[in-house]
Amino acid sequence: MKLDFSGLESSAPLYGGNNELLSDGFSAAPSFDLPVTSDFDDFQKNSIQMVKPAKGTTTLAFIFKDGVMVAADSRASMGGYISSQSVKKIIEINPYMLGTMAGGAADCQFWHRNLGIKCRLHELANKRRISVTGASKLLANILYSYRGMGLSVGTMIAGWDEKGPGLYYVDSEGGRLKGTKFSVGSGSPYAYGVLDSGYKYDMTIDEAAELARRAIYHATFRDGASGGVASVYHVGPTGWTKLSGDDVGELHYSYYPVEPAVVEQEMTEAVAV
Amino acid sequence: MECVFGMVGKGFALVVADSSAVNSILVHKSNEDKIMVLDSHKLMGASGEAGDRAQFTEYVQKNVALYQYRNNIPLTTKAAANFMRGELATALRKNPYMVNIVLAGYDKETGPSLYFIDYIATLHKVDKAAFGYGSYFALSMMDRHYHADMTVDEAIKLADQCIEEIRSRLVVAPQNFVIKIVDQDGAREHSWRRTTKD
Repeated sequence: MKLDFSGLESSAPLYGGNNELLSDGFSAAPSFDLPVTSDFDDFQKNSIQMVKPAKGTTTLAFIFKDGVMVAADSRASMGGYISSQSVKKIIEINPYMLGTMAGGAADCQFWHRNLGIKCRLHELANKRRISVTGASKLLANILYSYRGMGLSVGTMIAGWDEKGPGLYYVDSEGGRLKGTKFSVGSGSPYAYGVLDSGYKYDMTIDEAAELARRAIYHATFRDGASGGVASVYHVGPTGWTKLSGDDVGELHYSYYPVEPAVVEQEMTEAVAV
Repeated sequence: MECVFGMVGKGFALVVADSSAVNSILVHKSNEDKIMVLDSHKLMGASGEAGDRAQFTEYVQKNVALYQYRNNIPLTTKAAANFMRGELATALRKNPYMVNIVLAGYDKETGPSLYFIDYIATLHKVDKAAFGYGSYFALSMMDRHYHADMTVDEAIKLADQCIEEIRSRLVVAPQNFVIKIVDQDGAREHSWRRTTKD
């Protein structure tokens, strides 16, 4: 796999010396400052770290008695700039499996689409649906083979197969974890707090949806890189359904309505002397 | 902050590992099993980068099984250890696996054995081994209290002492530990030491 180092090249012209063709107003090849590092051996790792987008998002998923609840915010940020408030971060791999997006949007969208293709091929070849275990392993192996090349993917694969509800966390470092409760992204510590304290296995679908929505709301409240719309999906035995998509600003006022302030002191007219 | 350690006793070998899966400040999971049962009489405790750990240990496990199918006889612990070391060494200069392994096994002819395998393909046959920040506490505890031919109870007691020491002295100590044992009856899970339920 040929790696693209064009971003790391310095702005010196290719053909030595001042070439008139290059210095007639056209800028030199695009580049950025090389990272200052005293550790030459870690140079490549440092430069990949520099271009790696931080996972500015909040996504969560958990298993409960009626299936899997998946929720995410919808904000895309580039540093301090909010580039979009309406990103679809819950990706529909197939009618009974969902993937969440955290990290590079392009990476997540492309590889989830690719995973959907591989799952469909598995169905056609084996005359049965692929399990969540198998699908997550396919994705984890692909991401592992691109390790160190700058992919940024922090995803959860949630689905319902013959063994019941399944939830896996897969990331671009090559890690894959099976679990019952995960949250990924810059807002995940905030979401974990609300999720952990309110979680019960025997919740109803409505209670679980409200817990997921609340956890996303609290993460968007504190984390600047998360916001927009809190989407909640449910994966049950017959596949996934979208339950709700609420603007977190409106959620704020529904959870914490504005109380009319008590007036402490009234201003009175100054009496002319 | 991963901790894996192991020791050899009379007719058995023990491997203890923490069970937390961590991502910077977040603990994603605290019941992750890091001691893989390689085959009926071998245990492999692995610590290191998440992707490498799972991929390399599964690769070794499948190759050990393949050898047994092809040759109708299982690998000895020594052979498995040398196979692992060879794979790590071959990959080292191109695409190193960042995994440290404690391999424990029981062979009918030679009894229990323990191997220390580093991420840079160091291989040593030892009586006690430890990896990770926990090794700073576990190694000296084992050096002080270990003696040859310990019983299972004595070894478990020593393992508990090491876990206590790690819990009280390591600044970000793992919450739960798993203990696995291998003896002539095979490799199996012995017990867990939990502080949190997951």
